Amino acid sequence: MTREQEPTTPASSGTPLVSLKNVNKHFGDLHVLRDINLQVGRGEVVVVIGPSGSGKSTLCRAINRLETIDDGEIAIDGKVLPAEGKALAKLRADVGMVFQSFNLFAHKSILQNVTLGPIKVRGMKGAEAKELAMSLLTRVGVDNQAQKLPAQLSGGQQQRVAIARALAMQPKVMLFDEPTSALDPEMINEVLDAMVSLAKEGMTMIVVTHEMGFARRAADRVIFMADGQIMEEATPEEFFTNPRSDRAKEFLGKILSH
Amino acid sequence: MEDYLSLFETYDVLAAFWINIQLSFWAALWALAIGTVLALFRISPIPSLQWFGAAYVNIFRNTPLTIILAFGFLGLFSVLQVSLASDLNDSLFRIAVVGLAVYHAAFVCEAIRSGVNTVPLGQAEAARAIGLSFLPAARLIILPQAFRGAIAPLGNVLIALIKNSTVAAAGSVAAEASGLMKTMIEFRSDLVIPIFFTFALGFVVLVIPIGLLTTWASKKLAVAR
Repeated sequence: MTREQEPTTPASSGTPLVSLKNVNKHFGDLHVLRDINLQVGRGEVVVVIGPSGSGKSTLCRAINRLETIDDGEIAIDGKVLPAEGKALAKLRADVGMVFQSFNLFAHKSILQNVTLGPIKVRGMKGAEAKELAMSLLTRVGVDNQAQKLPAQLSGGQQQRVAIARALAMQPKVMLFDEPTSALDPEMINEVLDAMVSLAKEGMTMIVVTHEMGFARRAADRVIFMADGQIMEEATPEEFFTNPRSDRAKEFLGKILSH
Repeated sequence: MEDYLSLFETYDVLAAFWINIQLSFWAALWALAIGTVLALFRISPIPSLQWFGAAYVNIFRNTPLTIILAFGFLGLFSVLQVSLASDLNDSLFRIAVVGLAVYHAAFVCEAIRSGVNTVPLGQAEAARAIGLSFLPAARLIILPQAFRGAIAPLGNVLIALIKNSTVAAAGSVAAEASGLMKTMIEFRSDLVIPIFFTFALGFVVLVIPIGLLTTWASKKLAVAR
């Protein structure tokens, strides 16, 4: 199965939207990212999989500098990630992030969660932001919850709101850091469905996940990480039917045996 | 009993307590403002501000209030001639407010910081991820939740402040409650015990509602997670 629609711009043309060059990071003695080189083109959907502790979440978080890196270079749309400050905040506004634990603003309503970024960061007018937010909430199917607080929603609903919140910034790329790992099984699909439709619309996405079904359905490319390194990069069919590295074979053997 | 009641004709006890309430009100406002800024410093990403916040808290939290107020009256006012109002009593009152505020600001800062610790790290990460820089993230996301998590400890600081306002007597804001108590004891030594109980009761009555209110508010306003 491949995506039904090709990306609007082929990954090979122009500058890559996200580019990582020789990125290294340590947590104390642990070398969590080892010489990572990765380019993600416009409209491309890249799924990062690997055993826990392989550095895939760290990689995802490093792309909008929620984790700093020790050396190497990360660039978004040709601009190297700046250090802390206004420039970094500006760049982050263009990078949507969806977290494992949703992280909706607990003291704000669902609607306010989505309008806050457009109003405070983009300077959008209240009415316009509300209209945008309601259309995004409708798109992810939680528009009828707009006045509630996050704690009143199920996990699946919260995560869909988090997707809407990120989309409200009209980001160039969306990062998903294990978006379904904290969900009850029956809520995983509603979130994956929202992600699949986003992928079909041509959004550039980097998705760290354990959902192999999603990788097969929506990914243009699968990155397999282990021990802080990218061990393998392939199309989903290639990777799932014919993994080259032993680590990938072992990993797939473990997760696909049930 | 008649003797006791005659005290209230000679001395205006309520007016004295009113001075303490005014001292506490203004000092609490300033302490909240200064303490909030200090808390921002302590959680900011800028090391020099963090250092300043920590230094302030450690200095003022660990200095006795009596020394701070005595320094205000004897050092700032008498020796350095720092005057905060043209009227002598107003000036003394304001110096007492400043002394109480700078002292309690250290405790307010730590109370707010304990409130910040009730806010999960993910809230700050989500704020940064949508492009908010430190100050807007603190103002819109972190502090509103931190205050709601800090109501009980802030209430404790306020209670301490109200009682500590009696220390202003040490700096000749003589009209306040403990100053008046001292005068009354001096002239009516026959009624020492009732006088003590009167002032103790006055403060208990003043403070109990604050404890009840903050307990109620901290439950009512708790952020649901």
